[in-house]
Amino acid sequence: MSFHSRPQGRNSGFIHPLSSEITPRAIYESRRDLLKLMAGGAAGAALASFAGREAFAQATGPHKLALLPGAKSAVPGAQTMEKLTDYKDATSYNNFYEFGTDKGDPVKNAGTLKTRPWTVEVEGLVKKPGKYGIEDLLKLSAQEERIYRLRCVEGWSMVIPWVGYSLAELIKKVEPQGNAKYVEFVTLADPKTMPFVGSRVLEWPYTEGLRMDEAMHPLTLLAFGMYGEVLPNQNGAPVRIVVPWKYGFKSAKSIVKIRFVEKEPSTAWNKAAAQEYGFYSNVNPNVDHPRWSQATERRIGDGGGLFAKRNKTLMFNGYEAQVGQLYAGMDLKKNY
Amino acid sequence: MNKLLMHPAAKPVVFLLCLLPFAWLTYGAFTDGLGANPAEFLIRATGDWTLRFICIVLAVTPLRVITKTNALARFRRMLGLFAYFYVVVHLLCYSWFDMGFEWADIAKDIAKRPFILVGFSAFVLLTPLAATSFNRAIKALGAKRWQMLHKLVYLIAGLGLLHFFWMRAGKNNFAEVFVYAAIVAVLLGWRVWNYASKRKPKPSAGTRGSGEKSLRSSSAG
Repeated sequence: MSFHSRPQGRNSGFIHPLSSEITPRAIYESRRDLLKLMAGGAAGAALASFAGREAFAQATGPHKLALLPGAKSAVPGAQTMEKLTDYKDATSYNNFYEFGTDKGDPVKNAGTLKTRPWTVEVEGLVKKPGKYGIEDLLKLSAQEERIYRLRCVEGWSMVIPWVGYSLAELIKKVEPQGNAKYVEFVTLADPKTMPFVGSRVLEWPYTEGLRMDEAMHPLTLLAFGMYGEVLPNQNGAPVRIVVPWKYGFKSAKSIVKIRFVEKEPSTAWNKAAAQEYGFYSNVNPNVDHPRWSQATERRIGDGGGLFAKRNKTLMFNGYEAQVGQLYAGMDLKKNY
Repeated sequence: MNKLLMHPAAKPVVFLLCLLPFAWLTYGAFTDGLGANPAEFLIRATGDWTLRFICIVLAVTPLRVITKTNALARFRRMLGLFAYFYVVVHLLCYSWFDMGFEWADIAKDIAKRPFILVGFSAFVLLTPLAATSFNRAIKALGAKRWQMLHKLVYLIAGLGLLHFFWMRAGKNNFAEVFVYAAIVAVLLGWRVWNYASKRKPKPSAGTRGSGEKSLRSSSAG
């Protein structure tokens, strides 16, 4: 246990109206020029200098990783106006059990993760299976910035400016077959670089899954970056899923395989404790975790710090208008 | 060693040492030094320190007997009271930071969640032990009854471990739980062995209650 001092981010303490002002990154001051650069769809260009070298887990904050700017997203619900979580908190308070079970472990241990070369294998019930290199994935669709609430099943939350594009873009490209009802995500499990793979906390590799309509929902993001830079290792570099209306563990990190399957895939936390972590795991203030209430949450880094009051948790994490219809007629207590 | 422990400064020094974790946590809370989720950090750290003091206080008698350092007995009361001090702070942190002092919610939480109930029971059971930690209480109760009462600490240690185990159960993260459990098992196992082997005429569970005369009764806030 050690002390960390937390410098105040530039964005502390007031509300920003626009993403161009919201992000505590010098990058946005020159973003317009960058957008012109990107117009050719060459999202990978910003990464050119980055290719071939390893990223190290950053504990010191931004300006250390390769830039990955994204255009403001037009997807409904993709631009929450809430105050961003400080980059330092978002990158030093993580659940990434491959690197240890303590929240501070990933930032300490994830420096060993090798994010290049990286391929994501698409397999199962698709017309175009195959291996997709990270550079190709980066260029597959225009990078967007999405400012999402993130709600962890443990009862804390953040607001993160992700960079990526709708997972649907990739799914459409690989053309799922008619009998593909679910999408399964398999993440890296490399005992050489991930010291806690093999621990008995979970079965490895960590797997997650979504129903096809959930995976195709425009809010479901294939994310490559955050805060205008590529993802730090401890946040799931080089590519992860972000499903903003579900508890955080549904958003698999460092994915290496996307499988299209007919049956509901088994998921890592569901296998570990089925009564506590269901397949759907939608954020829901009315369905308690067996060992704690989900009615409220603690926003990390909220003004008032220690003495900040907990916030009320929102149905579907505040994305009910966008995703509610996916669950019409479903008993959410039974399908927790 | 006995000489050192009998030194007049020994008790104040141990007292200050026991306060160090509290001071460190307080300092961290006010300087933003407890990470991204200071409330969670404080609740967990005070729980950890409660368990540690339970282990420390259970270690006094075995160490005293094995190393023949009788002066260790002088510190047992203070260490026990510090275990109580940290559990009170732990409960306060939970009531304040997690529950916002909403008493109705806290009562519901205790009733609804087994692991909270078990932890709370351990606190309730520890209260009479802390409340009878002065010489007059031993006289009033009689040494035998006083000792019986204070043997509750074995049950309390078990409840504390169960509370910790259940808290970690959802994440299958038991490494630390097993460390504490192993320590407690060794300390209680020694007592059983000591009692069974009957090599010592003394009862195993520490000194005779009335045998300890402390010049100063330290209270832990």
